[in-house]
Amino acid sequence: MSDINQTTGAALQKKKYIVPIGPQHPALKEPGHFEFTVEGEIVVDASIRLGYVHRGVEKAAESRNWTQVLYLVERVCGICSHSHGTAFIQCAEKLAGVELPPRAKAVRCIAGEIERLHSHLLWLGVAAHEGGFDALFMYSWRDREIVMDILENFFGNRVNYSVNIPGGVKEDITQEFIDGISPDLDYLEERMKFYLDLINTDVTFRMRTVNIGKISYDESASLGATGPTARASGIQRDIRVDRPYDGYDLFPITLVTDDRGDLNARFIVRIKECLKSIEYIRHVMAHIPEGELTTKMPRKIPAGEYMASVEAPRGELFYFVRSNGTEMPDRVKIRTASLCNWGTIVSSVAKGHRLADMPMILAGIDPCFSCNDRMVKINFGNRNPEIWTWDQLRKYGNNFYK
Amino acid sequence: MTEKNTFDLSNIDLSKGNPRNALVDRIRSWARINSPWAIHYNSGSCNGCDIELLTIITPRYDVERLGVKMAGTPRHADVLVVTGSVTLQSRDRLLRIYNQIPDPKFVLALGSCALSGGVFHDCYCCIQGGVDKVIPVDVYVPGCPPRPEAVIYGLVKLLDVIKNGKTNPTENKPTLIPSESELIDLERPAESA
Repeated sequence: MSDINQTTGAALQKKKYIVPIGPQHPALKEPGHFEFTVEGEIVVDASIRLGYVHRGVEKAAESRNWTQVLYLVERVCGICSHSHGTAFIQCAEKLAGVELPPRAKAVRCIAGEIERLHSHLLWLGVAAHEGGFDALFMYSWRDREIVMDILENFFGNRVNYSVNIPGGVKEDITQEFIDGISPDLDYLEERMKFYLDLINTDVTFRMRTVNIGKISYDESASLGATGPTARASGIQRDIRVDRPYDGYDLFPITLVTDDRGDLNARFIVRIKECLKSIEYIRHVMAHIPEGELTTKMPRKIPAGEYMASVEAPRGELFYFVRSNGTEMPDRVKIRTASLCNWGTIVSSVAKGHRLADMPMILAGIDPCFSCNDRMVKINFGNRNPEIWTWDQLRKYGNNFYK
Repeated sequence: MTEKNTFDLSNIDLSKGNPRNALVDRIRSWARINSPWAIHYNSGSCNGCDIELLTIITPRYDVERLGVKMAGTPRHADVLVVTGSVTLQSRDRLLRIYNQIPDPKFVLALGSCALSGGVFHDCYCCIQGGVDKVIPVDVYVPGCPPRPEAVIYGLVKLLDVIKNGKTNPTENKPTLIPSESELIDLERPAESA
């Protein structure tokens, strides 16, 4: 009898405990399901189950016309809606052979940078909230309201502001707007410096972030991290610099990197990016080129394929668009930054940390579930559709493009 | 505010059922009006409505000073705030959360997608129509996304619903999670390989 007890006892000890989190959980603002396998306090394994907000945007894009798709893809994610719109409409414009007027490019740039400000401030608050630092959450969301006011005064809506229209932009930057925005930018710059100071000096905050969730340069590069997550590990990767799109070719921007790769570095990179954005908005507004806001865009886009990348606040946002010469796109493929970054935390960072650090580590990559939930479906004859070898993938790819 | 802060013990119909229950219900509803606790579930939203909902608990709009609090679990909540069109994946979860909320429960549908499906109206992975196709909804707040003021106005409208009570008591009954066969009917036929 005692033997049985001992064996079951040993089996129980070996059995790891799984902590399920989500899809509805106070720490999650969006639905996603996580399973953390823990040994005591230490997380030894982690897995995610995504897809709760999969709506089928890519398929829906095939049954709407080009202008409607522009408004649809802006609602892939409400936080980086301008980036989605820009990436998609860039493809359409390139396929139609339309060159944007320089003033429209500059307006798109400014909108993109204001969006980055709003997104990073939002993230700063949420990440601090996950770490139990609610005062910083309230502070940063109070300052974020200033950015929201700018967005509202400028584009007429606080979120999903749709500044892009096919062939240009719908709002102009007036002198009145420039005069109105300047004191706001000064105030935001001052606040950002305060946050930077706070993150570097606050003892409790440093204890929660320094050397937590560390990703090395090599890991980050091999797992394909993008955006601030990659730049916090020292990777020089930013689409605005590498492949300048819309206004970034006229007005170059510089990179912000940090080589420490921990949570603290991710905070610092994002806040420094905000400072950079403020500087950049000032620069573009001072040198904004004269000219038209729109060019004529055909209703039917000539057949062809185009790929465009945009540096969204979370990282590289990739769009592939194929047109068959009709009023509707033939295929729209979206690859978002959050999905690339999930791999970094789940496969390497989460393991070995305390369960209490998980919310902050998860928030550290600035996850956006509604961006994530793309579907992958693979059909390959009668073979097992789950597993593909590299050769099969290559063969399939070659056949597809023949 | 004076009206809200006092018990109105007149007009209680003590003839039906247990008179003590009628009295306790009146007191409960008074407490609920003064401090409705809400829970938020994103059933397939683009985050736009979620961040506008989160804005109302931050300093500029701060509804916590009016007693509205975001609860952590459905079992502590009075009001379920649903954002986004209902995807097939999150439908069961939405029903489960709705069932977990104690009676009487109130539902606020936030944003165009929750009202009618919005831009995602004919997506293959969404329920055709709004949240009210899945659970009963008390107050609808339109907008893409609704402004924080609109969200607060929606909450004020909800207080009226709480005050007057539900007109149809059957609405409060838990909705049963549908069987497998019913779920399969909702899904579109799978593509042939």
